[in-house]
Amino acid sequence: MDGWLGVVIMIALGVGFAGVMIGLSLLLGPKNPTPEKLAPYECGMPAVGDARERHSVKFYLVAMIFLLFDIEIAFLYPWAVALRDLGWPGFVQLVSFFAILSVGYVYVWRKGVLEWGPVARTRGQAQRPAA
Amino acid sequence: MIPLSHYLFVSAVLFAIGTTGVFLRRNLITILLSIEIMLNAVNLSFVAFGRQMGTVDGQIIVFFVMTVAAAEAAVGLAIVIGLFRHRESLNPDAFVSLKW
Amino acid sequence: MLDSNLHAIVPLLCVILSALAVMAAEAFRSPGEDMPLGGLGLVGLIGAGASAVALWGRNASSFNVIVADNFSLFITLLLVVVGVLTIMFSGPVVARDGLPKGEYYALLLFSIAGMIMMAMANDLLVVFIALEILSLAVYVLTGIRRDDARATEAAFKYFLLGAFSSAFFLYGIAFTFGLSGSTRLDRVGAFLAAQSMSDNPLILVAIGLLLVGFAFKISAVPFHMWTPDAYEGAPAVVTGFMSTGVKAAAFAAFTRVFLSTFEPFTGDWAPMVWALAVVTMILGTVVGVAQSNLKRMLAYSSIAHGGYLLVGLVSANDIGKAAILFYLLAYAVTNVAAFGVIALLGTKDRPNDELRDFAGLWHTRPALAALMTVCLLSLGGLPPTAGFIGKWYVFSAAVSAGYYDLAIIGVLTSVISVFFYLRVVVMMYMVERDAALTPPVKIAGLGMAALVASIVAIFYLGILPSRVLTFASQSISTIF
Repeated sequence: MDGWLGVVIMIALGVGFAGVMIGLSLLLGPKNPTPEKLAPYECGMPAVGDARERHSVKFYLVAMIFLLFDIEIAFLYPWAVALRDLGWPGFVQLVSFFAILSVGYVYVWRKGVLEWGPVARTRGQAQRPAA
Repeated sequence: MIPLSHYLFVSAVLFAIGTTGVFLRRNLITILLSIEIMLNAVNLSFVAFGRQMGTVDGQIIVFFVMTVAAAEAAVGLAIVIGLFRHRESLNPDAFVSLKW
Repeated sequence: MLDSNLHAIVPLLCVILSALAVMAAEAFRSPGEDMPLGGLGLVGLIGAGASAVALWGRNASSFNVIVADNFSLFITLLLVVVGVLTIMFSGPVVARDGLPKGEYYALLLFSIAGMIMMAMANDLLVVFIALEILSLAVYVLTGIRRDDARATEAAFKYFLLGAFSSAFFLYGIAFTFGLSGSTRLDRVGAFLAAQSMSDNPLILVAIGLLLVGFAFKISAVPFHMWTPDAYEGAPAVVTGFMSTGVKAAAFAAFTRVFLSTFEPFTGDWAPMVWALAVVTMILGTVVGVAQSNLKRMLAYSSIAHGGYLLVGLVSANDIGKAAILFYLLAYAVTNVAAFGVIALLGTKDRPNDELRDFAGLWHTRPALAALMTVCLLSLGGLPPTAGFIGKWYVFSAAVSAGYYDLAIIGVLTSVISVFFYLRVVVMMYMVERDAALTPPVKIAGLGMAALVASIVAIFYLGILPSRVLTFASQSISTIF
């Protein structure tokens, strides 16, 4: 059980520090509540409408793209750990893997998935014939 | 040390939970989540087997499975969004234009 | 010049590189600009075919997980044929239906790459990854008509059951890995051969789970529920492609895993596959009779054909193994052509795939009606077509392996299936055309060329099958 003592002390210190800080501010802090301050915090602006309104499908698109490219990075970590053992063949394999991925990235980019808002979109359309 | 059979048991239970979810839940997103639970149950088995053998093979396989699962989730979500545009519903019982 | 480790993946690389090229070209295509993306795909496929021919008989192997033995090369060539025919049918259809061109061809090529990889895989994990590559591409292809609610619904049903079944497949791999300490098929096979006398229940669990995964992909009853919906909702070209390509790839891996790696446990899995074959043949045929939509009818026919292929697998003798390869080729050529006819007859607003849409086709389009008749007769297994020879060899394999019951059920269901194929033929020739139903459509030359090529192949395989059969038996000799 000796090994766990440090962990217990750490937890106690963490909880204690947070508790003391909250308690002190409750005791000492000036209180001047207004309706704006009591409302749920949202970027410092007064809340407008319900949070459960519909979002643009763009959010889902970006989330999906992020999911894919984020997970592919998982292959970098084991490679980084075993870098010296794998040597140049491993390097070449990983570079070709990311070359294939980057074709996908270029596709997503050119298709305008990463562009936000109507202004950016029209500019992307105008650029395309020139390329 | 925890014996292998415990891991396998947890993995089997998770897999069963996922399978049940696919059949019983009535929301497409939840069904997708259930399939992810099934895949992760299998991942647990792979890691447990790999650890028992003392090799990293099991963990390497899990990396591949995770990537595949991410790709699958992305395609699944895309299709669900497409469906929602047509039906305004995520209840599988609403999708009956083809005989099930 | 090239590392000899890389030889075996050359066919695969050709297809993948052409798919990437199509994707990059689509990214830099300005709206409205016409690019020969299908032609780019054809180049990749022909490269794959040529390298497969060059690799024939050399037993190349890459990193011990991808093998280019004659068995996988035969399937590769078959997939190249399916791919080339599909691209030829796609040209006019993509333009007519306004499908997203770059995405369509890229996904088509990626799924062909996945299929080739699945046929070449010598490692269960590679089989799984290949399965996912081909499946993910095909799910999206199924729903590529985003404006069509039925297509999207079909894509989702296909996706859901496909993902569900791949989880089972993966669980089977996990148990195999846990037992034998490897996912490589040769090592697993060596381990199982040493264990052949033991009755470790985990081996049976692994076999069962893998079997469920494969059964979903080849749409064997009772894992066939997605098939009619997916086949009906998808565009007809895609249906023709996935009903042949996915089946060929899945059967290739199925045969390799079960007839070589799990061969020591044949006594355990043969009864299960036997039962699958029986219910698949019977249900595919009986339910097929009741369909009024041609695509749905052909979906049930495709289920039944899966059953006949399973008969070859259960027989597990040399005739059976060669028969599987020959049957896959005959079925692929025939089915792609049959769906090609449906695809060419459709219009943007109406798929024209109901049975009554084919009424009186002989009077308006005699050539198409005649070509469709040949396809249907080949599917029904009537001489002198490819389908007849395929069925003949499968059933004679069953008889020589002592499975008289399977052969009898197979012949009986074939006879019943002829009824529903002939019903379409009768519709085309005997029934007067209801002009209001189907506006006449212009048939593109490229599609017609593909149809004629498939018909020539159907008759070639039906009348002079010995050459291809020799290739098929050479192919199986390398792995078993």
